Amino acid sequence: MSAGTRNTRFGWVFAAPALLVIGIFFLLPIAAGLVLSLVNFDIYSIGDPSTIRFIGPRHYAALFRDPAFGQALRNTLLFVVVGLPLTLLPALGAALLVNARLTRFPSLFRTVFFAPVVTTLVAVAVVWRALYHPRFGLINHALAFVHLRPIDWLGDPRWALPAIILLASWKNFGYDMVILVAALKNMNPEVFEAARIDGASSFRQFFHITLPLLRPALLFVAFITAVGYFQLFAEPYVMTLGGPLNSTLSVALMMYREGFRWWNLGYAAAIAVVLFAIILAVSLAGYALQRRREL
Amino acid sequence: MKRRAGSFTLHAALVLWGAATLVPLLWMVSASLMPSGQSLGLPPRFLPHPATIVHYRELFTRLNIGRYLANSAILATSVTLASVLFNSMAGYAFAKLRFRGRRRLLALLVALMLVPAQIAMLPLFLLLKVLGLVNTLGGVIVPAMASVFGILLVRQYAQSLSDDLLDAARIEGAGEFRIYWSIVLPLCRPVLVTLAVFTFLATWNDFLWPLIVLTGDAHYTLPVALANLAGEHVQDTELMMAGSVLTILPVLVLFLAVQRYYLDGITLGSVKG
Repeated sequence: MSAGTRNTRFGWVFAAPALLVIGIFFLLPIAAGLVLSLVNFDIYSIGDPSTIRFIGPRHYAALFRDPAFGQALRNTLLFVVVGLPLTLLPALGAALLVNARLTRFPSLFRTVFFAPVVTTLVAVAVVWRALYHPRFGLINHALAFVHLRPIDWLGDPRWALPAIILLASWKNFGYDMVILVAALKNMNPEVFEAARIDGASSFRQFFHITLPLLRPALLFVAFITAVGYFQLFAEPYVMTLGGPLNSTLSVALMMYREGFRWWNLGYAAAIAVVLFAIILAVSLAGYALQRRREL
Repeated sequence: MKRRAGSFTLHAALVLWGAATLVPLLWMVSASLMPSGQSLGLPPRFLPHPATIVHYRELFTRLNIGRYLANSAILATSVTLASVLFNSMAGYAFAKLRFRGRRRLLALLVALMLVPAQIAMLPLFLLLKVLGLVNTLGGVIVPAMASVFGILLVRQYAQSLSDDLLDAARIEGAGEFRIYWSIVLPLCRPVLVTLAVFTFLATWNDFLWPLIVLTGDAHYTLPVALANLAGEHVQDTELMMAGSVLTILPVLVLFLAVQRYYLDGITLGSVKG
């Protein structure tokens, strides 16, 4: 038996368990999800599969006439579009502070900023719900301290989504910061030395050297943060249940409700496919952006 | 002089920002030790007076939290063990063994990284129902025994292993399993620890899938139980804070103990990715 054929057999033996798990419990369900979105699978179909009929894209047509879905889509996009800069800017700021030459105990500060990332989302959502309490919450006490009027954070449809964005920013900026710190550490110090000798101010060094060199890392963290944010679920589930007036209803929360509360599995599958399509589009756009820069 | 002033501003900013970041967590701990009704009152109170562990006692005696703690620990441990074993085998195969279809499968795995888990959840629930795994811990464990992320993470690291070393072992007559167990696994230790920590934390913190598949409260994990309690006991802030402390503390302590491996994992995936 030659080494090549032996490798062939053992390669499969080693890869098979993991590939089987992924094939059966991820790949197969993805394919089934696409099919499920095209059939009228509801609560009756669970008991009696013979009622299932192929209905084509009718769920999708209904989805785009459903005002709740329009709201969920708008909320989710708003969450990503506003939440992304509100996560990246603190991440960049913290990374620059932690990485500054003069900073003492950089790893201590890095750990502090990173701590929220490893906490359990459900638990911190419970904590922040109390911090947002309209009369007694710490956040409104802080507002009163600087003579601002209290805000009914989670009860006012205008403020509920911003409140969730604030929590997400607090929870996630440390993750992006760690990646940006690693990218900053990878930079060649001689470039900055040369710029200093040429008399470039730290302001110019930042905009003409640091930021361009940081671009790939920034694109990367923007991409993973956005993909995560599109899947917004636990914060509104715990804090607002999607309310008030659907102002925090997200696409993933709507999928969960349609699918696992009301057992409209076909309709819920169509929601999941739309979410998938959006994330795919963002991925491809991010990929194109990264590539264009490399050419 | 200028340098000193700059250093002062820098550290003042870091300390203030760091303190602000920790406030929600510190308040959670403090409020969990307050008598009922003290955490949300006027004027605001930052320290418990007197401190009490009555809420923790209630969680364990009346609200069964020991059970949920055990469920979370069992789930996170089993998923971690299984996924380290399966992902390391596959990651090694993709890095070092030649087999038919390897390149196409690798491309497929990379593409799967982009697919959000939600799209698989509805059919997966029906599949697990057929298999009798709905409302069992197996319903969480079995689908998580291997992951695309884990395979790619191990593969990236295992590529740096020396081919000469592996071939030398083959010439010495070591079998492929022996090579995997006694050479590959020990050499991959750092990345396996990273994978283990990642998987443990992710499983412990996971919410949506356990919420879907664990339908009866005997099998709830801590996050699912906490979300449930938070819906029923909206007024019991101090009790909720105690529940949050018990949920967060184990993972926070684990992270602090092994943070180097965790942070390595994040940067390993990003710098090359």
